[in-house]
Amino acid sequence: MAGGSSIDVLGQFELHPVIGGLGQALRLSQSPIYMAVAVCLVLAFLYYGMKPKAVVPGRFQAAAEICYEFVRNLAVDTIGPEGVAFFPFIFALFFFILAGNYLGLLPFSFTFTSHIAVTFALAMMVFLVAIIVSLKVQGLKFFAHFMPAGAPVALAPLLVPIEILSFLSRPVSLSIRLFANMVAGHVMFDIFASFVIMLAGLGFVGDVLAVGPLVINVALMGLELLVGVLQAYVFAILTCIYLREAVAH
Amino acid sequence: MDEDKTSFEERLRAAETRHGKPVVEAGPDREDKSLMAMAARAGTEMVGGLLVGVLLGWGLDRWLHFRALFLVVFALLGGAAGVVNVWRLVKPPDDLGKS
Repeated sequence: MAGGSSIDVLGQFELHPVIGGLGQALRLSQSPIYMAVAVCLVLAFLYYGMKPKAVVPGRFQAAAEICYEFVRNLAVDTIGPEGVAFFPFIFALFFFILAGNYLGLLPFSFTFTSHIAVTFALAMMVFLVAIIVSLKVQGLKFFAHFMPAGAPVALAPLLVPIEILSFLSRPVSLSIRLFANMVAGHVMFDIFASFVIMLAGLGFVGDVLAVGPLVINVALMGLELLVGVLQAYVFAILTCIYLREAVAH
Repeated sequence: MDEDKTSFEERLRAAETRHGKPVVEAGPDREDKSLMAMAARAGTEMVGGLLVGVLLGWGLDRWLHFRALFLVVFALLGGAAGVVNVWRLVKPPDDLGKS
């Protein structure tokens, strides 16, 4: 966080051991703690949301049902009837990322989706699942996709590497997108928060001027709430698109 | 009893309109969201292709001791792959060929 007159925007992403000696011994950093919190929150939300089992749902149950239907429709509309099989996977991904993004917006918390190690692991998981499903459904015909249909054979030495690179770039762009958006948002928060503190040190004029960055930070919070859900949605829908290509014959 | 029933009907209708309303609105809202999702994707799709090309070229150079030959070739191919990614994203849906 910002300290004194220097701006340390990247300090907030540093990992350090938590919960004292036990955390030190286990090399436990904030990241897995917040992941566990995110998982518990999502599970608690679904468990307590669906506990009433009412025919006419209350607010909490309605929220849980809307979330369920939203992701289910996303999966079935994008992938097709086979999407039902992947719905739990996509649901877990979407809400894990969403909870991570939103947990990171709380003061003094940590955003685990701002680490490329986390986002790349998630993206590789999606990528590998898509490859395994492709190989299972399409068999060796899967490799025929690397040659665009109807293209002249003479262009194959150029087109095939491009297609392969395009395919390999999927997990990279998937992970960079989420990670970069989260880092950028939190860096902006930190910069404008530092401005407030620095301006407040300038006496009365600074106090008045400090309102500017404070207002910007409030607006940024709104933007980040949008970005958080949008990035989770993008991650989920891209997973659906990749799986649709995998199950298509 | 009868009063109770009408109040239930009322509540049911109210719930239906409450529930029905977002369904009606889902069309444009959803469109808007996927448009924003598309805009959020375009930049990284391009960078992703280039990055994979550069990394792969660099790795092959390092492994096979070709000074920068693979890096040059794969950076170009990666850039092309990035453009292909963006084209896939924005191309009209009625386009034939590989999906």
